[in-house]
Amino acid sequence: MRRARVAYSGAIHDAEHCRQGETDALRLEDGRLVREHEVVWLPPLEAGTVVALGLNYADHAKELAFSAQAEPLVFLKGPGTLLGHRGETRRPADVGFMHYECELAVVIGRAARNVSRSDAMQYVAGYTIANDYAIRDYLENWYRPNLRVKNRDGATVLGPWLVDAADVNDPHNLDLRTYVNGNLVQHGNTRQMIFDIGFLIEYLSSFMTLVSGDVILTGTPHGVVNVMPGDEVICEIDGLGRLSNTIVADAAFGR
Amino acid sequence: MPPIRLSGNVYGTLLNHRSALRALGDQVNKPPYGGAPKAPVLYIKPRNTLAQSGDAVNLPASVGELEIGAQIGIIIGKTTCRVTVDHALGSVAGYLIVNDVSIPHPDYFRPAIRYKALDGFCPIGEAVANRESIDPDALEIVTFVDGLRVQSSNTKDSVRSAAQLIQDVSDFMTLAPGDVLTLGAAAPAPRVRAGQTVRIEVDGLGNLSNRFVAAA
Repeated sequence: MRRARVAYSGAIHDAEHCRQGETDALRLEDGRLVREHEVVWLPPLEAGTVVALGLNYADHAKELAFSAQAEPLVFLKGPGTLLGHRGETRRPADVGFMHYECELAVVIGRAARNVSRSDAMQYVAGYTIANDYAIRDYLENWYRPNLRVKNRDGATVLGPWLVDAADVNDPHNLDLRTYVNGNLVQHGNTRQMIFDIGFLIEYLSSFMTLVSGDVILTGTPHGVVNVMPGDEVICEIDGLGRLSNTIVADAAFGR
Repeated sequence: MPPIRLSGNVYGTLLNHRSALRALGDQVNKPPYGGAPKAPVLYIKPRNTLAQSGDAVNLPASVGELEIGAQIGIIIGKTTCRVTVDHALGSVAGYLIVNDVSIPHPDYFRPAIRYKALDGFCPIGEAVANRESIDPDALEIVTFVDGLRVQSSNTKDSVRSAAQLIQDVSDFMTLAPGDVLTLGAAAPAPRVRAGQTVRIEVDGLGNLSNRFVAAA
């Protein structure tokens, strides 16, 4: 099952993916069938705690000139940074380098405390795609990366679908691809993660209780490039769909 | 006035009390930091950390002492995006006492989730509605461990005032009603062991009291 949250005809709805003839469509919980261009896409769940991983792919860590770490680089995000499919993300005019990060997002399904790596996958409800933007100009060496880099309004795109864990055969063998204006710019596979999903759930749940609706963004592979206003950025993961976002300039926000 | 409803989002501010920055001395200019922070340094206390006055705080078995981060939490009253200093306090619904508990950690280079986001590591006091008599930049925060006064600090020594902090934060992240943004703790942080009780008092905001116990 693939689920979404959308705004349609004056209200917010839970929806499921369905086929309408040859095209993808959504069935709202009240029975209405709507096409995917007719709705405003929201993040596919009301996320609780959002945990994000930095430098969790060896090639990306190398790209940023970091050596592999002994323990995961983890940071947290607030709800205001989350944005749905087909949204717009602002690029401040005064920055030199803003990049996307295509990531597998793991959604927790039940309370997890002191869970072992071998049991961890039982705590996963499903998966979605994240595009975790960063603005490198704002990096400082205090709790790095800090919220000005990683918790900006509308700079963590999530969706389009929350796909049930049962429908994902092997989350550790999924290709991730990012396209900017149709050109493939980032390509990796989740098997390249340094710390896999089971390890991350074991690690996190060893000191904090994860609960249903918490989300883990598992990091991004090699291939981040600067994006500019007007660019269309699409993050794609095998079996999870394509997550689209457009970069806009300050003017769109009245700045 | 209706009761204040908290959103459960607590944003902490690091090194916003002058004593905290001063305690680092010349380290601030050395690797890995390379200079004092320019933007506010923020962190999130996630929902599993929230606790109330009276709740016990568990020390993990591997840890002998915890740090107490006694500070003021600003409760946001309305959607706050790109507010200026002049108008920032108009966004405030009230204030509360926050005890940002941490496992002592060696540096501030990487986000300290493993040290700060443990269950129950963010006791918060009663929300007190904003009123004329509360000046967020002149609040005396007094911390007692087992009844002994171990620290007092004043928000007048903040690097960023409450209004300045709200302005600088809301420039890149919108604050929502019920969100809490803290003003930062003073240094050196008091430390506590299992069996001790911490009480934090602030005139006009009441007190926040929690016992620290060894994890079962």
